[in-house]
Amino acid sequence: MSDRRYPDAVADEFPPPSTAFTDREGREIEIRPYEGDDEAREALVEMYDRFDPSDRAQGIPPGGEERIREWLEAILPDDCYNVIAWCGDEAAGHATLVPDGNAYELAIFVHQAYQRAGIGTHLIRGLLGHGQANGVEKVWLTVERWNRAAVSLYKKIGFETSDAESFELEMGLRLSPEADGDGETEGFEGDDGGTEGFEGDDGEAEGFEDDDGEADESDGDE
Amino acid sequence: MKMLCGIGGSDDSFRALDRTVERAAVANDDLTIAVVDNDDSSVSPNEVADRAAAAVDEAGINAEVRRVEGDPGSRLVEIAETERFEEIVLGGGHTSPMGKITIGPIAEFVLLNAKTSVTLVR
Repeated sequence: MSDRRYPDAVADEFPPPSTAFTDREGREIEIRPYEGDDEAREALVEMYDRFDPSDRAQGIPPGGEERIREWLEAILPDDCYNVIAWCGDEAAGHATLVPDGNAYELAIFVHQAYQRAGIGTHLIRGLLGHGQANGVEKVWLTVERWNRAAVSLYKKIGFETSDAESFELEMGLRLSPEADGDGETEGFEGDDGGTEGFEGDDGEAEGFEDDDGEADESDGDE
Repeated sequence: MKMLCGIGGSDDSFRALDRTVERAAVANDDLTIAVVDNDDSSVSPNEVADRAAAAVDEAGINAEVRRVEGDPGSRLVEIAETERFEEIVLGGGHTSPMGKITIGPIAEFVLLNAKTSVTLVR
């Protein structure tokens, strides 16, 4: 769909993976792009197979290995961008950009055993850095409106609500200047979207894969 | 059972149509198919009505295909109430490229406002 709305302002620059950090539980986590290898795919199948159904969102991840494989087949091909948060050889989290016309749809999942340790913030920043490095311009997502933790994480990143009229909020982010436009669009039309708030609001983010405290766990690139 | 199936031309609405007609043939439902306005649909109401009539014919059942104008959600709820339908059937939502299911505004309105049971067909 091409009638989605996006902020005027272009988002921050995000660090392209690989990146490594220590999470708030003291685990060494590495964010790496998915390069199409079988082991990584199997690690994702395993992560999603053990995923708590209560953390499903709008039907994904699906339940059962067969459906998980089917779903991954749709979101892991070369025209999608995927990053995985690794703890050793275990997949702790996964984020993906799936093409949709001239934009990409985003989703992010952190396994229950790794939630609330700051991994979500690193993972989404890694994914967006990976997207920027590959020239992705526009990103959108939907999120259940009661998932305030997720909504606050997305806002912190620079996403703005583009449609609030149904069960799910739709949010958009301008990741890179448009290739044929002049690009710099610093908040002309009054809503100073995008980047504000990254350091400001640290949201009530528990329950989601991540929670606040971007400052304390960030690798200092902001 | 007295069933009201609302369709507006989206893919999921046609799925709901097929499933409801199929069921009506087996269960001997008293089925009415309401063709509603859906701004998000690229198929015109006339075409939608034609497809509904064809599905009914093919199944060999007696079902009314009715064109319903105006706000789709509230009209469906109103018809269900005034004509004592027992159940409203609708499409079960759109699936995004990611595989996320989103429920449209018509289904949302009907779910929240209908007094009858509502079935969303996946």
